[in-house]
Amino acid sequence: MAAYFIRRVFGAVLLLLIVSAVTFAIFFLVPRLAGQTMDQLAAQYVGKDANPDSVAAVKKNLGLDQPLYIQYWDFIRQIVVGADYQFGPETTRCDAPCFGYSFRRHVEVWPQIVARVPITFSLAIGAAVIWLVSGVATGVVSALKRGSFLDRFFMSVALAGVSLPIFFTGMLALTTLTVQWPIWSDGINYVPFTENPGEWAWNLLVPWCSLAFLYSALYARLTRAGMLETMGEDFIRTARAKGLKESQVIGKHGLRAALTPIVTIFGMDFGLLLGGAVITETVFSFDGMGKYAIKSVQDNDLPIVMGVTLTAAFFIVFCNLLVDLVYAAIDPRVRYS
Amino acid sequence: MSEVSKTAGAPGEVVPAQRSGTEDTFLSVRDLRIHFQTDDGLVKSVDGVSFDVKPGETLGVVGESGSGKSVTSLGILGLHRAAPNARISGEVWLDGEELIGADPDHVRRLRGQKMSMIFQDPLSAMHPYYTVGAQIVEAYRVHNKVTKKAARTRAIEMLDRVGIPEPGKRVDSYPHEFSGGMRQRAMIAMALVNNPQLLIADEPTTALDVTVQAQILDLIRDLQKEFGSAVIMITHDLGVVAEMADKLLVMYGGRCVERGTAEQVFYEPQHPYTWGLLGSMPRIDRDQTERLIPVKGSPPSLINVPDGCAFNPRCPYADIPKDDITRTTRPELTETGNGHFSACHMAQEERTRIWTEEIAPKL
Ligand SMILES: Nc1ncnc2c1ncn2[C@@H]1O[C@H](COP(=O)(O)OP(=O)(O)OP(=O)(O)O)[C@@H](O)[C@H]1O
Ligand code: SF4
Ligand SMILES: [Mg+2]
Repeated sequence: MAAYFIRRVFGAVLLLLIVSAVTFAIFFLVPRLAGQTMDQLAAQYVGKDANPDSVAAVKKNLGLDQPLYIQYWDFIRQIVVGADYQFGPETTRCDAPCFGYSFRRHVEVWPQIVARVPITFSLAIGAAVIWLVSGVATGVVSALKRGSFLDRFFMSVALAGVSLPIFFTGMLALTTLTVQWPIWSDGINYVPFTENPGEWAWNLLVPWCSLAFLYSALYARLTRAGMLETMGEDFIRTARAKGLKESQVIGKHGLRAALTPIVTIFGMDFGLLLGGAVITETVFSFDGMGKYAIKSVQDNDLPIVMGVTLTAAFFIVFCNLLVDLVYAAIDPRVRYS
Repeated sequence: MSEVSKTAGAPGEVVPAQRSGTEDTFLSVRDLRIHFQTDDGLVKSVDGVSFDVKPGETLGVVGESGSGKSVTSLGILGLHRAAPNARISGEVWLDGEELIGADPDHVRRLRGQKMSMIFQDPLSAMHPYYTVGAQIVEAYRVHNKVTKKAARTRAIEMLDRVGIPEPGKRVDSYPHEFSGGMRQRAMIAMALVNNPQLLIADEPTTALDVTVQAQILDLIRDLQKEFGSAVIMITHDLGVVAEMADKLLVMYGGRCVERGTAEQVFYEPQHPYTWGLLGSMPRIDRDQTERLIPVKGSPPSLINVPDGCAFNPRCPYADIPKDDITRTTRPELTETGNGHFSACHMAQEERTRIWTEEIAPKL
């Protein structure tokens, strides 16, 4: 188990390095290959008010006048030790971990991300709890009552859930609950958990449910399929032949096996969501990672796009690492292969 | 031995009227029918099967794939009752109690306790996520109110009994860490942990290689002697039951076509299908290719069972009985010797003649 653990952590770190290199290459190697001069590239970072001085400063600060590998090495080094950005006589300190500097907005990238992660995380965690509980529960009931009215009802709702986009359900919920029947009469605004946990949850409730609806539908269908399959397995017959109560057969033997693939998919979905719930954040005007990423792309603010990309990649890799570890804890066969 | 089994006669339960079979019969199955409603039609997996098993006795059930052997045994355990598409009728008397009409929860308490089962493929029959020990402990604790520690001691004792080396260590292994033979031993330990009086072994050696097969059969035989339990040994290979079975039941297309003592069925078989089985039995002293009377054709559909004798499309003697009766009328099981039954329209003398003159010399 320990060896497995170390192998997986090591793999995850390696993967992150590769992802950072690839991301870096997309931002700095591809333009070079495409024939862009370094002055043109630097000018993109400055934005509208580009002049020879500011372009030269950016070029120096980004190390565009250096070979690519030195530029990459500096990029990695800055994450660990921080960096000093120089604009003529002025120096701006970018503290470690320094993920770059937005020359357009004149801000460091990292604090911007740090400010937004909690919003996206709040959104994701609550939605995840709701969709896991409701999705798995309906999936199990559907599988056990296969073909019944309840099963058909749940699966029709699930089909609707899978087909309806969040910007539709989210918008509908938002207008209905803030305007038509103004239960949230002041609108829905993010309140940090640390400020007021009650308000935090109350304001997140509608976004949570809108987001969870889609995922619940997916998870209900997955759970139903998995449950139908495992309940037909030989070991279920053995469990019954032992004289176990049906509730034990389902809970201890069926569900445990049926949930394993769900764990894998959940890890991926959750990791992906932490990188930004773009549509939900946009619909509810939550200033999270997803909305920020879209805004930065629109503004062509490349350092921030890069920072957001790396953060999203980190969450995905990290969640998959967690999944691997949880998986090994659930399925003993994994540990030995 | 445990308290849980003493709830017979609980309120709302059908009180057994009268047991059938003779006095010392432990299991008595009467006209068991198990049909499944499917999209393709009604599958008559078991269609009127009767037999008796006494304590300490071994009944061998043979028949090719799809003849209804597994469905019969799962039916005895009451495992089809939860299936919404199953239709079950007939009687199953276990130790004087009728089970088909009994309260499902009461039958559940008998499962694994008074009657238990060993399955064909122990790898898929054991839960991959739980240790072998945990699964045996679970089987023990369903029926016995004991601490986990006591149950674990019992599990180790059972693993030792079925010949697993270092049982104190292996108890914490997972099924996939065992070899095929070891897994089947563990499965047997699990089935026998509550000293059941009836053990059903559904092709317990099919998934194993030949040397291991013999060991497992020996083990079952030893344990049966030790505990005096009744055993039903299901197989499609007559060789497996040749030495073990006291009585034999030959199934074809969900029906019993011949039953009797092992001697009767082996040495004076009365049904052409049994002749085919005997003819296709692999023998050590003879090359496989030299099989004399293989059963040609494929097993019958259980949805559209052939009219008359279900075996008629494959039977080389189907034209012997007069008036095409073989294709129009279902032959009843009739007694041809002391406790020896078979279902064939051919006259008994004719069958005896064919067996002694045409078949037996070639075997
Ligand atoms: N739940 C079910 N629904 C529909 N048909 C079923 C069901 N269970 C079994 N059957 C059918 O009943 C028939 C008899 O099956 P059974 O498993 O008893 O055969 P078997 O004699 O044990 O064969 P094998 O040697 O392959 O194990 C098969 O054709 C099978 O498809
Ligand atoms: S009844 Fe006819 S078809 Fe059936 S086994 Fe006898 S001879 Fe063959
Ligand atoms: Mg079978």
